[in-house]
Order: sequence, then C-alpha cells, then structure tokens
Amino acid sequence: MLAESLFFSAVLFVIGVVGVLTRRNAIIIFMCVELMLNAVNLAFVAFAQVHGVAGQVFVFFVMTVAAAEAAVGLAIIIAMFRHQQTVNLQHINLLKG
Amino acid sequence: MPQGDFPIFYTFHFYLFGIIAVVSALLFVTRKSPVAAALWLVNTMFSLAALYVLLDAQFIGAIQVLVYAGAIMVVFLFVIMLLNLGHPSELADARGTGWKLAAGLVGLALLAQVLALARARIPDALALPPGVLAQDFARDGAIAPIARPLFTEYLLAFELTSVLLLAAIVGAVILGRRRQDAG
Repeated sequence: MLAESLFFSAVLFVIGVVGVLTRRNAIIIFMCVELMLNAVNLAFVAFAQVHGVAGQVFVFFVMTVAAAEAAVGLAIIIAMFRHQQTVNLQHINLLKG
Repeated sequence: MPQGDFPIFYTFHFYLFGIIAVVSALLFVTRKSPVAAALWLVNTMFSLAALYVLLDAQFIGAIQVLVYAGAIMVVFLFVIMLLNLGHPSELADARGTGWKLAAGLVGLALLAQVLALARARIPDALALPPGVLAQDFARDGAIAPIARPLFTEYLLAFELTSVLLLAAIVGAVILGRRRQDAG
C-alpha cells in the first residue's frame, strides 16, 4: 500500500498548494497549509510501515508544531482583522511599494 | 500490504477512504464560504485518520481525530465565526484566471515530480520485513512502540516541543490581547 499512500499524499499536497495560490482569504490559505501538513503526515505513516516506527513519532511532532502554528497564526489573523476589518489579502498591502 | 483474512476488504476500504479524502479536499478548496470549507477539511481529516488506522498507526489515527479534527479545526471554526466572515466582499476571494492557470501548472509540475519520486525503488537493505510493525503493535499494544523511541531517542526533541508549545501559548495570548491604549 506504500505506492497508493504516496499517491494520495501527493494529490492532497498539490490540492493544498493550488489552494494557497488561488485563494485570497487568509483563513482558507491557512487551512490549505494544514491540509499540506496532513498530506505529509500520510507519507510519514506510510513510510513507517516500511522503515520502522520513527515515522509515526515524526507525525507526533508535526501535529504538535501544527497545533502551535494554528494558535499563533489565528491570533495574528485576529489582530490583522482588528486593524483592517478584513482577512482578504488583497486589502492587506501595507508592504507594497 | 493487505492484512487479515480478506485482503480485498482491506484494499476496498483503503481506496474508499483515500478517495473520500481527495474529494473532500477538492470540495474544501472550491467552497466560497469559509465555514463550508472548514467542515469539508474536517471530513478530509477523518478519512485520513481511517487511512492511518489501515496503515498500522492506530494511535496516530486517534490523535488525528482528537487533535486535528477535534481541536485545531474547532479553533478555526471559532475564529471564522468570531470574525463573522459571511458578507459578499469576503466571499469573492478567488484570484483571476491568470493566477488559476499558473497555480494549475505549478500543481501539475509538483504532482509529476512527487509521483516520479514515489516510483523510485527503495533498497531492500533499508526496508523492514513486511508486517513487522503490525507484529510490534500486536505484541506491545498500540502506544508502547511509539512511546519508547519518543522518550529515549527523541527525548530532546520531545522536551523542545514542550518549550515550543509554551512559547506558542504566550505568543497567542499577547497577539490576541486588546491593547489598553488603543481601546
């Protein structure tokens, strides 16, 4: 099942990348990043079957980092919304020359 | 590798949950409403949990449901509702045709690359004999084979993640706090 798992993992990762590139809603982009992390976790779990349990330990770490990232990222989005009254990245262009 | 007395049963469910995950992910990136998108993403994560269980990772599957579907996505939904992102100017957020075309090309290139890599042969010397992980789990339970390396080989990384979580909590509180002078 390794090849099938890697196929599903690749497809999910690419869907996440395309979502990041085509959407402007900051929260949806953030959820696409979570989807990419999940796709990588699937690859880790699939490889754990062939190369030992270390892959599952790495998934554990990835999930911890994802939880920390979600907490901080959503706090940033809330702060951004307070400042600009929108989460549409088109209207958040202070750094544009 | 198909397990148990009915390999066809295993294969059928593997493809079923894989296809559910991919279709839910496609619906997730195409929904306009952030709430609908978040709920489709929850569906993807549940299907991935089922795939983890089928791939001999029962503990990771349970953690996936608890942490991802149960905690992270609830925080996302909570923020979407807190910010009240329902009005039309927020919903029309897809980029133009040029961006979509570019994203499709990037996606195709990436998919081709990853699939080409996935076809690479793994040297037999690196691979475990088939089914050895399932035997470990059958002998020691679903958690002990993961906990042992976590608290021996990867102890430093484990302790560092606890520091990371503390930093994330402090950072989230400071970022989310309303400034006194700004009102």
